[in-house]
Amino acid sequence: MITASLRSNPAAVRSAFQLAVVPPAIVAELSRRGFLKLAGATAGLVLAFHFTGRSARAASAAASATATAGFAPNAFLRIGTDGVVTITINHSEMGQGITTALPMLIAEELDADWSRLRTEFAPVAAEYNHAFFPIQMTGGSTSTWTEFERLRTAGATARALLLQAAAAEWKVSIDGCRTEPGVVIHRDGRRLDYGALAERAARLTPPEKVTLKEPSAFRLIGKPTRRLDSLEKVTGAAQFGLDVHPAGTLVAVVARAPVFGATLEGLDPAASGKGPGVKGVVQVPSGAAVIADDFWTAKKARDALAPTLRWKMPEGAPVDTTAQAARFRELAREPGVPAENTGDAAAALRGAAKVVEADYAVPYLAHAPMEPLNATVTFDGTRAEVWTGTQFQTMDRAAVANVLGIAPEQVELRTTLLGGGFGRRATPSSDWVVEAAHVAKAARAAGLRAPVKTMWTREDDLAGGYYRPMFHHRLAGGLDAQGRVVAWQQTIVGQSFLAGTPFAEMIKDGVDETSVEGAAHSVYAVPARRVELHTPTLPVPTLWWRSVGHTHTALAVECFMDELAHAAGRSPLDLRRELLPADSRERRVLDLAVEKSGYERVNLPAGHAHGLAVHASFGSFVAQVAEVSLQDGWPRVHRVTAAVDCGTAVNPLTITAQVEGSVVFALSALLYGEITLVEGRVQQQNFHNYEVVRMHEAPVVDVHIIARGDQMGGIGETGVPPTFAAVLNALFAVTGKRIRSLPLTRAKFA
Amino acid sequence: MTPLTVNGTTHQLDVAPDTPLLWVLREHLGLTGTKFGCGMALCGACTVHVDGEAVRSCSAPLSSVAGRKIVTIEGLAALAGRDLHPVQQAWIEEDVVQCGYCHSGQIMSAAALLAKVPKPTDADIDAAMSGNICRCGTYQRIRAGIHRAAALAAK
Repeated sequence: MITASLRSNPAAVRSAFQLAVVPPAIVAELSRRGFLKLAGATAGLVLAFHFTGRSARAASAAASATATAGFAPNAFLRIGTDGVVTITINHSEMGQGITTALPMLIAEELDADWSRLRTEFAPVAAEYNHAFFPIQMTGGSTSTWTEFERLRTAGATARALLLQAAAAEWKVSIDGCRTEPGVVIHRDGRRLDYGALAERAARLTPPEKVTLKEPSAFRLIGKPTRRLDSLEKVTGAAQFGLDVHPAGTLVAVVARAPVFGATLEGLDPAASGKGPGVKGVVQVPSGAAVIADDFWTAKKARDALAPTLRWKMPEGAPVDTTAQAARFRELAREPGVPAENTGDAAAALRGAAKVVEADYAVPYLAHAPMEPLNATVTFDGTRAEVWTGTQFQTMDRAAVANVLGIAPEQVELRTTLLGGGFGRRATPSSDWVVEAAHVAKAARAAGLRAPVKTMWTREDDLAGGYYRPMFHHRLAGGLDAQGRVVAWQQTIVGQSFLAGTPFAEMIKDGVDETSVEGAAHSVYAVPARRVELHTPTLPVPTLWWRSVGHTHTALAVECFMDELAHAAGRSPLDLRRELLPADSRERRVLDLAVEKSGYERVNLPAGHAHGLAVHASFGSFVAQVAEVSLQDGWPRVHRVTAAVDCGTAVNPLTITAQVEGSVVFALSALLYGEITLVEGRVQQQNFHNYEVVRMHEAPVVDVHIIARGDQMGGIGETGVPPTFAAVLNALFAVTGKRIRSLPLTRAKFA
Repeated sequence: MTPLTVNGTTHQLDVAPDTPLLWVLREHLGLTGTKFGCGMALCGACTVHVDGEAVRSCSAPLSSVAGRKIVTIEGLAALAGRDLHPVQQAWIEEDVVQCGYCHSGQIMSAAALLAKVPKPTDADIDAAMSGNICRCGTYQRIRAGIHRAAALAAK
C-alpha cells in the first residue's frame, strides 16, 4: 500500500498525509520542532537527515540513558572511548531482522568491528522519523530500503570524522589514512582504535557530503549475517512489552464489548468483583478494567465481572459473516467504482471465443501474534511513560498524550521487542495503547499510584477486531481462439481500513488502493482490463495484515490465471510468460522458481502435483511453486520452492528467513484462518478454533535469491501473497476441483 | 506457604495455590523468560520442565507442582553445565529465531525431547514439537536446530 504510492508519487503521499490527515496534536508537535514545511508540497518534504553537530549530539545524548564520554556525530550511532559502537535503531523489531540489517548499513560505511557493536531501540523523536514519512513507524516492508542511504551516510560521516581525527592526531595528510574494522591505520603503520579517537572526533565538524562505498567494496552488506538478537532470545533475557514490570506495577485486564460498537451502560460498584488483590474496577471507553496486584487475580476478577455488565447495542443488524459474504457476492455483480479501465473489457469479453467466470471469497483474518497486546503506562498527572511493542511510535505517543491531556513531549514512549506484529501493532487509532492510557488515567483518578500494565488475553486478541477484511472477487476472463487472454474484468468487494483514519487521504476517487493493489494495473499485459471496487461500511474494525491487499488480490489473480490456462488447454506457465514482459523481474523469478522446482519437468510421486504463482508487492518480486498432495483427505504441502528478487540483498539470511516464514504464515490462513461473527459475536476464542500451521504440517521452503542490484524493495511481507495460489493451483492439479473460498477447512476433499 | 524449587533455588511462596505456575514464575519470581501465548496449553510458549518433563506452566496450578523441581529457560544452560545448552547454541548457529517470543517454549520442548531421545528422527520431532506454535513460521529451522543440537550434544 504505502510502498506502491510512495514509489509512483512520493511527494503526493507525503503531502497528503501531512497536510490533511495528521491529527492536530501531531501537526502541532511536528511544526514546533520545525522539521516540516506544512505549506507547499515540494520535494523538500523529504526528511533528509541533517547532521547539525551540536543539536544532533544534544539530542542523542539526551536520548541515551547512559551517555558516556565519546563521539556521537548523529542520532544513530555513538562510539565510546572503549571503542564500542552503539547503534540506535529507529525501527521496531518484530522478527523481520532489522536489528541486524540496519546496523549492517551503518557498520559497513563506518568500517566498524562487528564484534564490538551494541544496539538499542530509539526513543520517540523527530530524528528517528521514517526516512520517507513524518512519523516514527515500521511497516510496509520499508525499513531496510528506505534507510539504505541514510544509515550508510550516518556511518560514512562518522568514519570521515575518525579519519580526520587520526590525521590531526598524527599530523599527517588524511590521504595516507585508511580504516579497517574498528581502527584507523596510516600507511606508515601507525594505528589508532576508534575508541582512542572518539573524543577528538567529537570536536570536529561533520562534512556536508560524504562518499559512500561502491557495492563491490562491501564487506558486510550482502553477506549472510547471523542475527544480533539471537542470544537474548534463546536465553529468555529478551524483553518484550509483556515482560516490562517496573516495581509496584499493577495489572489491568479489560472486559470489552461483546459486539463491535456496543458501549458500557455503566459500572455498578457493588457488582464490581472486589476481592483480595483487586485494587479497583474502572470504566474506560472500551469497557471495564479490573486492576489488581497480578495478572491471574485481575483475569479471574474480570472473567467474573464480564457477564454482569450491561451493554448498549449499536444501531443496525448484528454482523453475521455468512450473510455478509452472500451480500458481498451479490454486490460484486453490480458496477463499482473504477480502479482500472484499460481498453474496453466489456467489448472484449463479448467478442471473446471463450469466457471464464469465477467468484473468489476470503474471510476476516486475525493477526494473532504470539505475544498478546499489552502496554504499561505510568502517569503522575504531568508526565507519562509508556512501554509497549509498537510499530507506530509517533502516533501512539500523540494519542496517549491526547488521552492524558498533556503534551506529546510529556510522554516518553519506549519501544520493546515485539512478539510478532504482522501489522496488528500499527494501528492508526493506537487502539490498545489508547486503552492502556485510559486505564492508567482512570486508575490515577481512583487513587492508585503505580504503573499499570494493561494485558490482553488470547481471547481478547482474537475478539478484538482490526482484522484483515473479508473480500470477494468476481472475475470474468476472455480468451481468443488461440487461447490468449484478451479481456479481464474484476470486481472487488471489501472494507477500507483507511477510511476514517488519518490515512484516509490516500483514498483517491473513491478507490482505496489497498483494496485493489496487485489487481488493478497488474503487470500482466492483458489488452483490455477493468477493475472495479465496492467499499461497504461495516462495524467490524479492520487493518492491514501482512501483505495487505495482496493477500487476496494475488490469490484471485493467480488462481484465475490458472483457470484461464486450463480453459484454454494451455500450460499455466506459458500463459504467464506470454503476458509478462520478457525482461521483467516477474519473469526472472518465475523462471528461476520453475527451474529450481522442476515445474512441468520433473516427475512427482503419485498423487503429488505442482502449482505456480508469481506476484510482486512492496517493491519486490516472488514466484513460488508448491508441491501438494492429499493425505487422509486433507491437503499436505510438502515443499514450496520460492524465487525472490528484492534488488539488493543486505542480509541474505534475513531474506531467506522472511520468505520461509511468510509461506508458513500464509499457509495458516489458507488452511485454517477465519474470524466469523454470528449475532455480532466473534466465534473464535483461542488456538483450538483459530488454528494455525504447526511443525508436523510445515512444508520445506527452499528460497532462491536474485540480487542483481535492481531497485531495492522490501521483504517482510512479499513472500506471503503467492503462497495462496501456488497451493490452490497445486490442489486443483491433484483433485481436478477448483477451490475458490477459504479457509480450506470449509472445502470438501474427496 | 508453598515450596517450589526453580532453577536450583528453593522458594517459599505466599501465592494462591490455584495460580498457574506461569504467573508464579513471571510475576512472583520475576522470571519473564517463560511466555504467555494462549493460557490454554495450546501454544507451548509457557513450556518449562517439571522434574524433567515438559509441562505447560499456564495450565499447571502452583498446588500441582509444589515441592517439585522446576527448570525454566533461564536455568537451562546451568542444567547442561555449560554457558549455553546445546539447543541454545544450535539455535544461534542455525539463526532460528525471528521475533523470538515462542522460542523459550520451543527450546524447553526441544531440550526435553533430546534428554529422552538423543538422536530424534523427523517423526520424533513432529510428535514432540507440534504443540509449540510459531507465528513467524520458523519450523524448518527449529527442526534443523534440533538435529544440530543432537550433534553438538554428542560431542
